[in-house]
Amino acid sequence: MTRRRGRLAWLPYLFLTAAALLFLVPVYLVVITSFKDPATINLATTWQVPERWYWQSFREAWQLLAPKLLNSATLTVFATVLSAMMGSMNGYVLSKWRFRGANILFPLMLFGMFIPYQSILIPLFQFLRDLNLYGGIPGLILVHVVYGLPITTLIFRNYYAEIPDEMVEASKIDGASFFGIYRHLIFPLSLPGFVVVIIWQFTQIWNEFLFAVTLTKVESQPITVALAQLAGGEAVKWNLPMAGAILAALPTLLVYILLGRYFIRGLLAGSVKG
Amino acid sequence: MKGSRDRLTAVLMLTPSLILVGIFVYGFIARTFYTSLTNWGSDPAQALARNPVLRFVGFSNYRELFTGFIDVRFRQDLVNTFFFTLFFLLGCLLIGLTLAILLDQDIRGEGVFRTIFLFPMSLSFIVTGTVWRWLLQPRGGVNVLPTLVGAEPLEFRWLTSRNQVWQFNWQDLPVYTGALVAVVLAWLLLSAWRQRRRGRVVAALVSLLFILGWTVGGTPGIELLPYPETHGFNLAFIGIIAAAVWQMSGYTMALYLAGLRGIPVELREAAQVDGASGLQVYRYVVLPLLQPITLSAMIILGHISLKIFDLIFAMAGADNATTDVPALLMYLTTFRGNQFAKGAAIAVVLLLMVAAVIVPYLWSSLKSEVRR
Amino acid sequence: MRKFIVLLVTLVVGLAYADGQLEIFSWWAGDEGPALEALIDEYNALYPDVEVINATVTGGAGVNAKAVLKTRMLGGDPPDSFQVHAGQELIGTWVVADRMEDLTFLYDEQGWFDKYPPGLIDLLSTEDGIWSVPVNIHRSNVLWYNPAVLENLSVPVPESWSEFLVFCPDIQAQGVTPLALGENWTQQHLWESVALGVLGPQDYTALWSQQLAMNDPKMINVWDTFGEILACTNEDAAGLSWQQATDMVVSGEAAFNVMGDWAAGYMNTTLQLEPGTGFGWAPAPGTGGVFMMLSDSFGLPQDVTNRENVLNWLRLMGSQEGQDIFNPLKGSIAAHLDSDLGLYNAYLQSAAADWKSDAVVGSLVHGAAAKEAFMSQFATVLEIYLSSGSAQAAANAAEAIANQVGLGS
Repeated sequence: MTRRRGRLAWLPYLFLTAAALLFLVPVYLVVITSFKDPATINLATTWQVPERWYWQSFREAWQLLAPKLLNSATLTVFATVLSAMMGSMNGYVLSKWRFRGANILFPLMLFGMFIPYQSILIPLFQFLRDLNLYGGIPGLILVHVVYGLPITTLIFRNYYAEIPDEMVEASKIDGASFFGIYRHLIFPLSLPGFVVVIIWQFTQIWNEFLFAVTLTKVESQPITVALAQLAGGEAVKWNLPMAGAILAALPTLLVYILLGRYFIRGLLAGSVKG
Repeated sequence: MKGSRDRLTAVLMLTPSLILVGIFVYGFIARTFYTSLTNWGSDPAQALARNPVLRFVGFSNYRELFTGFIDVRFRQDLVNTFFFTLFFLLGCLLIGLTLAILLDQDIRGEGVFRTIFLFPMSLSFIVTGTVWRWLLQPRGGVNVLPTLVGAEPLEFRWLTSRNQVWQFNWQDLPVYTGALVAVVLAWLLLSAWRQRRRGRVVAALVSLLFILGWTVGGTPGIELLPYPETHGFNLAFIGIIAAAVWQMSGYTMALYLAGLRGIPVELREAAQVDGASGLQVYRYVVLPLLQPITLSAMIILGHISLKIFDLIFAMAGADNATTDVPALLMYLTTFRGNQFAKGAAIAVVLLLMVAAVIVPYLWSSLKSEVRR
Repeated sequence: MRKFIVLLVTLVVGLAYADGQLEIFSWWAGDEGPALEALIDEYNALYPDVEVINATVTGGAGVNAKAVLKTRMLGGDPPDSFQVHAGQELIGTWVVADRMEDLTFLYDEQGWFDKYPPGLIDLLSTEDGIWSVPVNIHRSNVLWYNPAVLENLSVPVPESWSEFLVFCPDIQAQGVTPLALGENWTQQHLWESVALGVLGPQDYTALWSQQLAMNDPKMINVWDTFGEILACTNEDAAGLSWQQATDMVVSGEAAFNVMGDWAAGYMNTTLQLEPGTGFGWAPAPGTGGVFMMLSDSFGLPQDVTNRENVLNWLRLMGSQEGQDIFNPLKGSIAAHLDSDLGLYNAYLQSAAADWKSDAVVGSLVHGAAAKEAFMSQFATVLEIYLSSGSAQAAANAAEAIANQVGLGS
């Protein structure tokens, strides 16, 4: 490492601190606004700390959003687990059971994670309607599992590529079957891979909006739609959407702060090569 | 024999995913493309009918989008996307790289800084949009910041300003394209000249002269519109760009940081031994090695910015014409205007733009992987 | 985890056996909510076993709700009953697509044929039937002001747009915005009052049958006047909701505002202002003696699961009692002719009197006048005008769209 000498050592700290403060400005504003009494919110005093800390907004936002948070939680848990399990199996096949054509199929599959979802939205409607899955959480779970497959497959494939092929070959010689190798060799080594995938999928699905706004009805709305509604309404009392934004952000934020290392690994995996 | 049965099992285990992706990605794209070639939506009786009767109309929806008088909004949206992508990329790359280099200086408390720069990435665009919408209120937020030090408040209408700069005539697009191609060719010519490869020099020179002639000669053969139409960069996008950069520059920082950590220490030390200053080490050793990362980041960020939808939806609303992009227009055209076929056509154009960025990238990264 | 599975099972089962529910879809959220909630309370009192789901989508004039409604219809999962403006928004979108059930039998059963104004029933009907039940009458062409502020400014209420434009510089010179304006759709809303004021009721109505061309010289005049009026509005219009624009009038930041009479409901119910003293009103300049109407109605989509519950909802909503619960809070007059005017505030009483005596025309922005395909693209016309500043370009675009959608046919 280049070690900074002497006089200028403080310079990076100065810049970094300034940048960090800038990055935190929106956070400051959200927090103080969410704790203000709506009657005292006015545009001129936007930046001042509330005179009296007012918790009511959170209670109100919670009452409004709790059912939507539960919707999001249900959706996220099921879709994440399912897509992670399928991705693990796909990754195993693609990395350890290479077959002819896989080199074509895999990029074709990967392309699915980059497409703008507008380009499949209209047929998706018709399809879900025909399956009688439109409007509810099960339909949304199906959609998220399918469009999550490319990334989960990619991450597991790259992850399993690190497991030496010799180990797999040795198991084969020992008479282990396809599932036997997965259960006794691959799966036990998969925990970090699962953590990365689950964190990635969790944040993606929790934060998703387009499917959420077009494929649900009021009872099955996820949190992002409810928040957009809360803030996009008419005469907006800003304390409420700000409290709502905090509630909506909290789960992914906590995951990120607690498991940040894996989160970054997921991010990097998202750039294909890993 | 058992091995081949296992191989079959392996393929079978992959099949459900392949079928699902086949239907949900390729089947649906084909279907959307077909829809874009019909008249779905032009007859109200069929627009929302349970089983609409559709007529095949060829590419007329596309023709309308690119040449129709009333679809001027779509063309402005393309311009919006171009400028948004440009500044969003520049912002993320510059800030991301700067932060990564600063963090690379053996900083105490690096973890804390990294967490702060990266946390916006964990938020949804809806949360970011909601927060920044409040931050950019015309008579509050950022605009009243100067009053804290006694100055006059700013007057800028962050999300609704109708000011447009860098205006150009849509009819001149071929000229700009020609000029751009000419610049690229000139660069190729120069590098071929330096490498003394005569064949390439001649080829580049001939195409350069041809393009220059075509451009200067008024781009014969291409007429985009029969009348002049002005487009430009909507200043209302500045706020959107700021919010997007706030959210995503931490991501580029993480990419660059991973890249910096991957550069062998010996390389830098060798350069220092050769008498390079700190800056020179970066200029001549580190930055060139980071080029592949810049490319990856550009592509990942680029496809996000082409698709941008939720952020603008939450920040400015779907109706705000000055901050419109194709992804939003598709939503409005389809679900508010009942013009399903035209909405599908917009979606296809959007898909092609994303594919133009992504397909070469997927292609090259997987090809290099096979070689490895 | 168990909890989630239980929830999922209940959701799935709930979808299959939703007999005890009634989902009402509307854009009456926030400040417009209390009126609908009062009506739902009444429904709950009458039918305590039915669980009412009040599905609202925010966004004035239904800008977001209409998109969400279409996704629901396309998905084959229509809400049990949804808010729709009487007129082309109902007929030209949902009836022609064969999505609604004929309600003639309900009108027979309830004896409604002579309880609603015949012209209004016409707006809800085709040759094949009657397709929804109207709950209210709103007026679009109203000019709002704060009497105390006008007195300070010493400006009279303008009777025509040219008169307004004369006072505009005076008002600006006193540091007050002459006309408060809000986001996109409220600009279209202002436009229709300007068009009516400049053209008069005959020509205005002739527009929708294409007897008057959208690029007629008279229309150029409309756009030019509209442009001059825009110069008298607040610069941050596009960022404000209609309520915030109304707030500007109440606080004295602006002298006037053109908005539908739901603004009266907002000022009276939410802001607790007295009609006449807290806020004043007049027909939009040049539109005296004309009532530009719109009406919210609810219908019965085909294939709903809770048909009987919907019919009961429509029976309540269409009754005199139901309408007199809803409308005083909403700030609209009842569609029902037996409505008890004593329950309404001074503004609504005056609107009711005008409704009986004035010439009636339909609103463009609120779905009564023109096909939805035209209306939804009118935003593009406005955008062309705002970005080019050319009346001719806007008029040509409007004419092109009118021809494209077959406005007159």
